[in-house]
Amino acid sequence: MSAVHLESVGVLGPGLPDWKTTCRVLDGELPHRPEVRGDPDLPQLPPNERRRVPKLTRWALAVAHEALAGAARAAGDVAMVFSSSSGDGEIVHKLCEAVTSPEREISPTMFHNSVHNAAPGYWSISTGSRQRSVALCGHDASFAVGLLEAIGLVLSEQASVMLVACDLPFPEPLAALRDIRAPFAVALLLSPASGERALARWKVSLGAGPASARFPHMLPAALATNPAAQALPLLAASRASVAQSVSLVYAGDRHMTVETAPCR
Amino acid sequence: MDLDGVTLDTWIGRVGGLEERPVVPRLAEFDCRNNRLAQIGLQQDGFDAAVAQARANYGPDRIAVLVGTSTSGMEHCERAYRQRDPRSGALPGWFTERYSLNLFSVADFVQRYLELSGPAAAISTACSSSAKVFASAARLIEAGYADAAVVGGVDSLCLTTLYGFNSLDLLSREPCRPCDAARDGISIGEAAGFALLEGPGRARSGVALVGYGESSDAFHMSSPDPSGDGAYAAMHFALQRAGIAPREVHYVNMHGTGTPANDRIEDRAIFRLFGDSVPCSSTKGWTGHTLGAAGIVEAIICALCVETGLVPGTLNLDRVDPAFASRVAADAETRDLRCVLSNSFGFGGSNCSLLLGRLA
Repeated sequence: MSAVHLESVGVLGPGLPDWKTTCRVLDGELPHRPEVRGDPDLPQLPPNERRRVPKLTRWALAVAHEALAGAARAAGDVAMVFSSSSGDGEIVHKLCEAVTSPEREISPTMFHNSVHNAAPGYWSISTGSRQRSVALCGHDASFAVGLLEAIGLVLSEQASVMLVACDLPFPEPLAALRDIRAPFAVALLLSPASGERALARWKVSLGAGPASARFPHMLPAALATNPAAQALPLLAASRASVAQSVSLVYAGDRHMTVETAPCR
Repeated sequence: MDLDGVTLDTWIGRVGGLEERPVVPRLAEFDCRNNRLAQIGLQQDGFDAAVAQARANYGPDRIAVLVGTSTSGMEHCERAYRQRDPRSGALPGWFTERYSLNLFSVADFVQRYLELSGPAAAISTACSSSAKVFASAARLIEAGYADAAVVGGVDSLCLTTLYGFNSLDLLSREPCRPCDAARDGISIGEAAGFALLEGPGRARSGVALVGYGESSDAFHMSSPDPSGDGAYAAMHFALQRAGIAPREVHYVNMHGTGTPANDRIEDRAIFRLFGDSVPCSSTKGWTGHTLGAAGIVEAIICALCVETGLVPGTLNLDRVDPAFASRVAADAETRDLRCVLSNSFGFGGSNCSLLLGRLA
């Protein structure tokens, strides 16, 4: 398998407000403080757009903008792969309540915001990018499933790809059925070439049997329940000064092995 | 219309008998309308037997499963919400998130039903979902992660899509009439469809995926870009990837939903690329708009067109919109079709065009 290169990262989670802080936490320089913050503001969007953007999309776009700025690239040069297990649980809940009420009235905006590709849709609208995008789901393996899709694009089309993975806790009563205890979003800008900015080089393969990656010990167990946060063991290993191998949860009781090596 | 408790004044395409055909006992936890529909799709036309043969040829871990869906088991979730505990609000014990509501449920079900263990994903980009699975599968095969792929799409009727499209005023009160001067909206259908893709040089079938093109509108979440630039780009990229000229395309299966805006914009984009010489038509008059399954349904129709030389007519078309410039085929024709294009456009401005051709 050929390698892909990690150019830049965006991160958002409790006590992980950006990639720079996340690096310090993962490196053990800064203790993790799980502070609670509201949904991101998205200062990059015009105010009228900002109001319409649904919750999951806010998280997704916040990390995508951070990764884009980190790579000093134009949105129009980067394809987007969006992966989420939960989708926008608030919208699912409101739609189910609406269609089971006597009036059955759905807001048209809520309906079009309910599509799984809302985040890439709003990304394209707000940045003007006409680049292709895709939205996927792989249940607990959504991060690795999204990563493989992104790698397919990088390797077979020599494209630069923004992978965004994002999951949020469900509201009740759905929360009782799906244990996602903390919100998390991550954006990884991947490219075929090893530019001077590259942070790490990854080679990815699939194998039989369960995954063995350990969640970074300095981060809370609640975060480990978030499918998108499965990026964190990989990012932690990618910070190391020597080559590492990370095994991530993949679909169908298999695992994904990522061999990561530093680029500088 | 004829669906459990729905009072909307519209027409639907419903697969009969789903209520009596649960999923196989070994996968009982997956039982819901959407996975039942998937199972029926897998049992059609000897598909599961063809996959069994491919499994023997390549090994189960070398065959990917990529399934497009817009709502997966949403209908099951709606049922559960109707049975919430009046005091606690809790959902009933029979309902699970993982095996129905979660978008991956249908891909998981298909992978387990076919006993495969390669790469797997649910792709959900609204009405382009099961066209995009072809592009993803082609890339996974090219990048070496699979030798073959089961691609498909499954979307079943649910209240959310019916009342949702109704809220956007996009449902026709009569059977949809794509390209007609008096068209006034879509008719929602449900469908499951699957195709087995094999890597270059290994396929036995007479039809190949020769190109695909994808783009985003960058315009609006639920209205297509009036310029048609996104639709044009998807078609153009498909031709570019295949390395063929517009005149080498012999038929275009339109997205052709029957909404005034979609068909008008698509007509303009097709005319810009192909002029008025290539016949185009919409088959949604027969199937309805099967949303996340529309891409695979129309890709299969296009494969049949390549095999048989049929240009399908456009059902319910009385008078072609006089503003249209491309050559809309109202009635079926027969001609030599070596290469045909299928368009799928979805909410979020997600466009995908597939180019299917005859193997030399």
